[in-house]
Amino acid sequence: MTEAASSAAPEIAIRLTDLRKTFDGKEFVVQGMDLAIPKGSLTAIIGFSGTGKSVILKHILGIYKPTSGKVEVLGRDVASLRPDDLTDFRKNFGVLFQSAALFDDMTVLENVCFPLVEHRRDLKEKQILEIAAEKLKQVGLDPKHFQKLPSQISGGMQKRTGLARALALDPEILFYDEPTTGLDPILTEMVDDLILETHHHRPGITSVMVSHDLDAAFRIADYVAMLHAGKVLLFGTPEEFFNTDIDLVQTFVAKGMKRTKPN
Amino acid sequence: MMQQIANQIDAVVGGGRDRISNFIRESGAVVVFLMDSIRLTFRRPNRYLEIVRHMEFVGNQSVLIIMLTGAFTGLALAYQIYMGFKMVNATNLVGPIVALGISRELGPVLTGLIVSARAGGAMAARLGTMRVNEQIDALDVMGVNTKQYLIAPRILASFICMPLLCAVFDFVAILGAWFLAVKLVDLDEAIFWDKIRSTIEIRHINEGLFKSAIFGIVFAMICCYRGFNTSGGAKGVGEATNRGVVQSMVLIIVLDYFLTSFLRFVEAIMGYPV
Repeated sequence: MTEAASSAAPEIAIRLTDLRKTFDGKEFVVQGMDLAIPKGSLTAIIGFSGTGKSVILKHILGIYKPTSGKVEVLGRDVASLRPDDLTDFRKNFGVLFQSAALFDDMTVLENVCFPLVEHRRDLKEKQILEIAAEKLKQVGLDPKHFQKLPSQISGGMQKRTGLARALALDPEILFYDEPTTGLDPILTEMVDDLILETHHHRPGITSVMVSHDLDAAFRIADYVAMLHAGKVLLFGTPEEFFNTDIDLVQTFVAKGMKRTKPN
Repeated sequence: MMQQIANQIDAVVGGGRDRISNFIRESGAVVVFLMDSIRLTFRRPNRYLEIVRHMEFVGNQSVLIIMLTGAFTGLALAYQIYMGFKMVNATNLVGPIVALGISRELGPVLTGLIVSARAGGAMAARLGTMRVNEQIDALDVMGVNTKQYLIAPRILASFICMPLLCAVFDFVAILGAWFLAVKLVDLDEAIFWDKIRSTIEIRHINEGLFKSAIFGIVFAMICCYRGFNTSGGAKGVGEATNRGVVQSMVLIIVLDYFLTSFLRFVEAIMGYPV
């Protein structure tokens, strides 16, 4: 657990206020959601499939606009930003996608260089290469893989590369979109540890993990938000989840937990 | 019974109405997509390297196939025209007629069709794959303007390369016609070139080059739009590629007629002979 979880009145990095979203004008995928994610915390958003986890993430990233309600990130209303301002604002984000989403025509090193080339035009090529190599080493990738294409490295290495790329610009908020989906248990634990380590080594960074992996959520997160039927059913620390009286949460936790118990 | 007929009429009318409204909505979306891309072409950061990279792909990598089709188009067209003109004893006009047909119509249209199938299909497939693999989302959240980075350079590269490819097609097709007329059916070489020189004006060649530049914008715009808005995994990529290529080809042929009519109208105003 990080410091954010123990502070009295934490500063809020992401705040959703009465967020509603419908795609067809009839059915609401998100139905009046309120959520406040403290700055510097590692928060996991969990829930059954189809409860709106990815929709929430896309609202926070500004990919979707809310039907009604407000999405504030670092104090700014994301939905009201002009496209160019939103593009600029997104420099504060780093995202590790489920598939890592590496550019398949670039080498591992070029992938990590890419955001730096785009946004740090003050840096020389040599400096960019040094920073990218440093980020790759931080996530534990051996330099012998730097010149390989994404298709030539394993799934775990792709995740590491994706994380290094997400960290390239030293973002204020780091998002993990289903980071362990489809991975074997050993790789899953490796990615979980990597997320925790990355969070601990960057004081002040806010990490948000969207996942249906309860083991990981309760093992590494400071706070957990459980979504159900387009709303936040419970937001709290892992301990609060294990001590709650809400039946649905108890059932979800009991069925979902396999190997980890809270400390 | 009457109710069933009424329901069927409703279904047909409703389906037609939906198709028309979809068509209008999509056409509007494609135009907005194009305008956005053109606007972003001139915004910083400049994407010169991307433009050159796509020019290499659209232009350089299409040269061989354009030369091949150009040569055989010239040969076949010259042969058909020779056969026809032989009946009226006007074989001296084979050269200029082939040159006119190639430079004004066949050059731009066939170049457009070939390049839209080759490069346009690849654009749609590439962008579609990037979309379903979340690479476009990754660019978005990295603060990269995806239309400026992915679309604008492709459209600009196609706009620049198409007239060059069309010029290559024209040149090789006329060489093909020369080979048939002079080497295979023994027409007089001096008359062949002299008739072309006296008939073909620079405006005829420019007309073809102008059309091909427009076709370049059209196929790049449609294929990029289809690829960029792909959804539904590998199946979606296939559909996007297919729709992009087919729609580009149909639009090129339809647009060719309207461009020809428009250019004839302009020439009439300017007092040029047909």
